Amino acid sequence: MAATTLAPAEQYNFDIVKKFAVMALVWAVVGMSVGVYIASELAWPFLNFDSPYISFGRLRPVHTGAVIFGFGGSALFATSYYVVQRTCQARLISDGMASFTFWGWQSVIVLAALSYVSGYSQGREYAEMEWPIDILIEVVWVAYLIVYVGTIMRRKQPHIYVANWFYLSFILATALLHTFNNLAVPVDLFSMKSYSLFSGTQDAMTQWWYGHNAVGFFLTAAFLGMMYYFVPKQAGRPIYSYRLSIVHFWALGFMYMWVGAHHLHWTALPDWTSTLAATFSILLLMPSWGGMINGIMTLSGAWDKLRTDPVMRFMIVALSFYGMSTFEGPMMSLKEVNALSHYTDWTVGHVHSGALGWVAMISFGSLYHMIPRLWDTRLYSARLVEVHFWLATIGILLYIIAMWISGITQGLMWRATDEFGNLQYSFVESVAAMIPFYIMRAVGGAFFLTGTVVMVYNIYMTIRQAGQEEAALEAKLAAKMANAGA
Amino acid sequence: MRINFFKHEWIETNIGLMLVLTMLAISVGGLVEIAPLFFIKKTVENVEGINVRPYTPLELRGRDIYVREGCYTCHSQMIRPFVDEKLRYGHYSLAAESQYDHPFQWGSKRTGPDLARVGGKYSNEWHVDHLIAPRSMVRQSVMPNYPWLMQLLDQSDIAGRMKALRAVGVPYSLTEAEREANVKKFGEQVAAQLHIADARKNLVDQANLGNYDSKPGVSEMDALVAYLQVLGTMVDFNKLDEDELVRAR
Repeated sequence: MAATTLAPAEQYNFDIVKKFAVMALVWAVVGMSVGVYIASELAWPFLNFDSPYISFGRLRPVHTGAVIFGFGGSALFATSYYVVQRTCQARLISDGMASFTFWGWQSVIVLAALSYVSGYSQGREYAEMEWPIDILIEVVWVAYLIVYVGTIMRRKQPHIYVANWFYLSFILATALLHTFNNLAVPVDLFSMKSYSLFSGTQDAMTQWWYGHNAVGFFLTAAFLGMMYYFVPKQAGRPIYSYRLSIVHFWALGFMYMWVGAHHLHWTALPDWTSTLAATFSILLLMPSWGGMINGIMTLSGAWDKLRTDPVMRFMIVALSFYGMSTFEGPMMSLKEVNALSHYTDWTVGHVHSGALGWVAMISFGSLYHMIPRLWDTRLYSARLVEVHFWLATIGILLYIIAMWISGITQGLMWRATDEFGNLQYSFVESVAAMIPFYIMRAVGGAFFLTGTVVMVYNIYMTIRQAGQEEAALEAKLAAKMANAGA
Repeated sequence: MRINFFKHEWIETNIGLMLVLTMLAISVGGLVEIAPLFFIKKTVENVEGINVRPYTPLELRGRDIYVREGCYTCHSQMIRPFVDEKLRYGHYSLAAESQYDHPFQWGSKRTGPDLARVGGKYSNEWHVDHLIAPRSMVRQSVMPNYPWLMQLLDQSDIAGRMKALRAVGVPYSLTEAEREANVKKFGEQVAAQLHIADARKNLVDQANLGNYDSKPGVSEMDALVAYLQVLGTMVDFNKLDEDELVRAR
């Protein structure tokens, strides 16, 4: 058969996967560096240097954009293109379109960052990109959907593997959310400035429907797709429960879309909406933990890998953080808890236990698994993976512990009244009380970033080693040919 | 004999079915929670005495700068109905108060204090000094300095901005009929400010009259301070029946 004579490189389009994988690492370093920098600005405000381009308010979306869409997005493109080809045993339907999604997506990240520092922002969290960039995203996304679905349609066996369900729901949901949250009227066709179609309460609801589902689908469902492929692969065992995967998928997809309004408890949003959101947030604990159990239990019978395989450890710790933050989230969506936690650093800590603990750790694990296979070699150093693991874990712990303490302290200081019923603290006293924790957070972030730099070095050496191996092989072949000729 | 009415296998072997069902599953939540907000009248309080007006051209430009600098990343504009927030910031925020806010700026984080009712709390001079060098006014503040706000304000596209906002439903007037409707709703003085044809003149007049930064010319500082000073001042809660307000929500 012709297919068997093709080398893997020709059977699958791995070139596009490689490009996205490398860019995921580039954006990880860029985005996390900006994160550490803005964290330091809060601890030492002189770091703003009186410059508009690096002031906190403009750099913050650069950080969120680079880590969520740059690092997270590129990791998702890379792994989804890899997984869909491997599980469907089919090549991507169009190299051209796949390449377009690569250049398009990278331009989005660069343009977004440049536009923020120059002062163009929609003022919507995680959707600060102005309208021309939004349109580019829309086009790239449609191309992505076509490539993805088209490749699934080429599959060699009847079943669509579960990882692809999750990736698909992420692609669909992101299209839906992005479209409706960015409806806006530009000032004119040559102006970057636009005004959102909705206002006030309706605008707030739309934004947080988007905002929380950027978490739910971009940062959760999609990375669960990653989990459903790479955890069983790395463990060398099938996924724990097929039935649980089905329940996990449908319950998660259905319920997530209801919970956005828990970001708007006690606001001018009507009570019925935020109560409904709180209810679904609590329900969501079940599919979330179902998914976590499905992932972790896949390792049953091979628990020793936790000790021997640092890549596996990344994945299992990621799932543990997933479990922890999907417990913390529903708890924070209870109105009484939210009354204390909202507007404080606790929220920031929660986001990062999900973003660093779950999203980044599962991505690191998957990239460590995938990159040596893409370049047909072995990891340069398992020892450095170990070092990365501990730097990252210590970094996360420093970060979230700092934010728990500062968040709860803030919340309590704001509401504290003295025996006469007067406020006990002025606002700025609560600001001053945060400084030690802001420093601790910046240090935690620096640990995490250092771990990522170690990974980049390890991956660089891995790819270099692959090149050397190939050169050695070719030299050997050439020598053989020369001998045969003589 | 067990009859299988449903097998998940049908979905996972059929990409079309999977796409459709997934789309259905993820559409319900948003439809149920967002769509009704446009139709349920109670969503935005309609109580005698609440007559929130759109921003004047100068305030609008100030708001644009607020968005440009990402102030919402550290300041909320949404006071919750708690005792401590009432003591610190004032009456809880109403939906009506942000009905002309495209986009809303309720925020999600208070690294600095809430600004929903900051209007009138500090003098113009305080705001100017504070924005240029926050630590000169509040020693322990961690806010960045904003010295560049002293640059001149770009007024060139003010009419275009108001037209775009008009297109999304803010009652800035283009025609005489629209202007008269505004006179009825907001009074002569406010209606004049909302007339797009006079936007540039209104902007300069308000800046000169207010002279927020005590310097000649219209600076970005003038616009931003004008915006900050109007925040939370449009509803007079002394003239409002609290009981009616509670019933209206």
